[in-house]
Amino acid sequence: MNIEEAKKYHRLDAVVVGAGLAGLRAALELAKNGHEVAVVTKVYPTRSHSGAAQGGIAASLANVTEDSEELHMFDTVKGSDWLGDQNIIEFFVGEAKKTVYEFEHMGVPFSRTEDGRINQRPFGGHQKPRACFSADITGHVLLHTLYEQCVKHNVHFYNEFQVFSLLVENDISRGVVAWDIRNGGLHTFHAKAVLLATGGYGRAFEITSNAHANTGDSLALILENGLPLEDMEFVQFHPTGLFKHGILMSEACRGEGGYLTNDKGERFMERYAKDKMELAPRDVVSRSEQTEINEGRGGNGEDYVYLDMRHLGEEKIIKRLPQVRDLALNYLKVDMIKEPVPIQPTAHYSMGGIPANINTEVLRDPKGNIIAGLYTAGEASCLSLHGANRLGTNSLQEAATFGRVAGISMSEFVKHNGLENLPANQTDNAEGKISALMEGKGKERHALIREELQKNMTKFAGVYRNEKDMKKLKKIIKDLQARYKKVTIDDKGDAYNMDLFEAFEVGNLLSFSEVMIEAAIARKESRGAHYRTDFPKRDDKKWMKHTFAWKTAKGVKLDHTRKAVIYMDRFPPLERKY
Amino acid sequence: MSKEKREIKILRYDPANDKKPHWENYSGEFDSDATILDVLNEIHWKNDGSLAYRRSCRSAICGSCAMKVNGQNVLACETPIHRFKGKIKIEPLPGFPILKDLVVDMESFFEKMNKVKPYLIVDKPLPDKEFHQSPEEFENIREAVTCILCGACTSSCPSLWANNDYMGPAALLKAYRFIFDTRDDAANERIDIVNDKNGIWRCHTIFNCMEACPKDIKITEYLSRLKVKVTENSI
Repeated sequence: MNIEEAKKYHRLDAVVVGAGLAGLRAALELAKNGHEVAVVTKVYPTRSHSGAAQGGIAASLANVTEDSEELHMFDTVKGSDWLGDQNIIEFFVGEAKKTVYEFEHMGVPFSRTEDGRINQRPFGGHQKPRACFSADITGHVLLHTLYEQCVKHNVHFYNEFQVFSLLVENDISRGVVAWDIRNGGLHTFHAKAVLLATGGYGRAFEITSNAHANTGDSLALILENGLPLEDMEFVQFHPTGLFKHGILMSEACRGEGGYLTNDKGERFMERYAKDKMELAPRDVVSRSEQTEINEGRGGNGEDYVYLDMRHLGEEKIIKRLPQVRDLALNYLKVDMIKEPVPIQPTAHYSMGGIPANINTEVLRDPKGNIIAGLYTAGEASCLSLHGANRLGTNSLQEAATFGRVAGISMSEFVKHNGLENLPANQTDNAEGKISALMEGKGKERHALIREELQKNMTKFAGVYRNEKDMKKLKKIIKDLQARYKKVTIDDKGDAYNMDLFEAFEVGNLLSFSEVMIEAAIARKESRGAHYRTDFPKRDDKKWMKHTFAWKTAKGVKLDHTRKAVIYMDRFPPLERKY
Repeated sequence: MSKEKREIKILRYDPANDKKPHWENYSGEFDSDATILDVLNEIHWKNDGSLAYRRSCRSAICGSCAMKVNGQNVLACETPIHRFKGKIKIEPLPGFPILKDLVVDMESFFEKMNKVKPYLIVDKPLPDKEFHQSPEEFENIREAVTCILCGACTSSCPSLWANNDYMGPAALLKAYRFIFDTRDDAANERIDIVNDKNGIWRCHTIFNCMEACPKDIKITEYLSRLKVKVTENSI
C-alpha cells in the first residue's frame, strides 16, 4: 500500500453512517467505552435533519400532570394501529425517561416549568402532556448537544463523505466504501461493526417536510445486497406542512392550542375526531384535511386548509413558537399572530425501513437471522416500534434510545470479535457506480427524473391510495428506472461534485420507491397511515403481520407470512377511535 | 403564480481549472416567491450541474446554505428573491477559503468553536432526575442556543477580516451559552480561554454579526455581557 492508498484506508472498531440523533448517540456510547469510532456523514453533523424536529421528545416524566409508562405504551400501541411490536414498545417506554434525563445532564437546554423542571406540552395521540421541549427547536438542541458531547469524547468525524457501498460477505459486515465529496476519491472504512443511521427518505415525494439529504441511501444499499426491507408501505403524512413548500409547521402549534379550519371557518375536526379534535394522531388529521380539500372546502377552493393560531396571542406565539412563526412569515408572508396559515399534508416520516431486532442488529430474514456486525437505528430502521403510524415526539425518543442501544450492542460486539477480512477488490462496486455516472453517454438529467418520481409519488401514493393509481405509479417508476440508466452528469471533477452525489441519490430513491409501492399494492386493508379507498377497513384476521420485501432479478418479492405482530394480552386490538 | 425574469450573477470557482474566482451570468424566469436556494437549484438541476453549493433542510435550521447575496450574509433557503431589486449577485461567505463555487472551507470555524470547550462540564454529582433550572435562568441562554452554526456572523466580522486568529462571534457566543448555563461548572476555565487578545477583547462592538444572524440572535449584546463577566472575574 503506498502513502496515497494508506490515506484512503481507515481501520476502526466501528463505523457509524449518518450523524443525526441515532448515529451520534451510538458514536458517543462507543467512544465512551474506549472504542475507535468514525462517523461518516454526507453533511456536517449539525446539519442533520434530526435538527429540524421541533415540538418535543416523548417521556412520561409526569412533570405537568400525572402520567405513566403504561399510558405511554397504550398510546403508542393505539397510535401504531396495533401494528407496532409490543415487546419493542414496552422496552422503549421504559427507557424513555432515562434518555431525557441523560440529555438534560449532557446540557440540553429544555424549556422549564415554574418550579424549574423540564416543561412538557400536549401532542397528538398522547393522552397526557408528554412532549419534553425546548421552545420549537427541540431537535436542534438535542442534535447540537450530542455533537458537543461527541467532540468532548474525541469521536472521529468524516464530514461530507457519501457511502456508495456496503461491504458484506458471507452474512458478515466488514465495512463501507465512501466518496470524499470535498476532494474526490474513494475511502475504505474497514471495521468490525457498522451502524446504518441515515435517517428518513421523504425525498421520494414532491410535498415533503424532509431535507434534500433524506434520500434513503442505506435502504437502497441493503436492497442491492439482497437483504430485505420491512413495512415500507407505511409513510406518515404530517397534517401541517406549509402550503406548496411542505416545510414543517410543528405539531406543537396544535399542542399549544391551535385550530384547523376550512374555507368556511369551521373547525372541521369536529366531524372526524370529536374527542381529540386537532390533537388526534397525524394519520387521522391528514385524512380529515384531505377530505375537506377533496370535497371543495379547502381555502379558496385550493389544496390547503388553515392553521389558525390567532387566539393564542402574541406573547405565547413568540415565546413558544418563534421559529414556526418566522417560517410562515418568510415563505408565505403570513404572520400567524394576525392571520391563519395555509397548510397541507406533507410526507414526513417513514415507519418502515431496515428490519432490526431489539438490539438493533440488522435482520437478513423474517425468521430473525442477522448479518453479524451490521446494525441500524433511527428512522432508517424498522424495529417495529411505530407500526402503521408514529406518534409525534416518539421519533426523537426512538432515535436517541435506540442509538444508545446500538452503541451498547456494538461495544459488546467489537470487544468480542476480531476484524474480518475485506472482500477482494472492495472498491469495485462503488467505482462501477461512479464511472457509470461520470462516463455515461446518455442524455437524461437526474433532476428531471427525480422531479417526475416525486410528483407521481405525491399524486398516486399519498394520503389516500387505491390499486388503480398505484399500478399506474408502478409502471411510471419502471420507466424512470430505465431512463435512469441513461443519466449523465455535467460535472466531471473531483472537488465538491454535487452533480455526482445527487445522481447517486436519485438512483436510491427509484430503488426503494418501487418496493414501497409494491408493498402498498399488496396490503389490501387500511391501517394507520396506509389508507386504501378500495379497502377502507382494517383487517386484523389477515393483516396483523409485517411486510418483508426483497429486490430480485425478477422484481420485488414480498413475504407476509413469517413475521406476525408481537402483542401482549393486556393490549388486545381494539377499534381505533379518537 | 406569476413568473418574473431575473438576472443572476454567481461567483464561480473550480480549483481544478481556475486561478481565481470569476463571475458568471444567468437569467431565467422564476416564481415571484422563489428563494435564492430555488434559483440555485433551478440553475444547477436544469442548466449547469457543475454549480456547487451547500443546502439541506430548506427551513432555516440546518445552517448549510449561508452565503452572500447583494452584499448581505443570508441563508439562501429563507431569502426570497423579491427582497432584491435588479440584478442578484450571489457569492460565497467572505472570510473563508473557497473550495468550489459557493462552497467554503469551514474547518477553521469549527476548530475555533472547539477551543472554548463547547460542551457542558459538570463536576457535581448528577441528580436522579433533571437539574433544577428556573425559567429565568433558562431565559439567559434561550436565545443563544438557537445558533445554527451557519457562519454568517463570523464571516461578516471586520475584526476577523483583519485578524484571522480572532475566535469570532459564533465561538464566543458558544462560550457565553455555557458560562451562563447554571448547570455548568467550568465557567472559570472558559473565561480564561476567551480572556485573550484573540478572544473577547477583539470584539469591537461593530454589530455586523447581529445584523448578519439569520436567527436574529442579539450576539453583540451577549458578547458585551460576556465582557462584563470576564472583567468581574479578573477583579
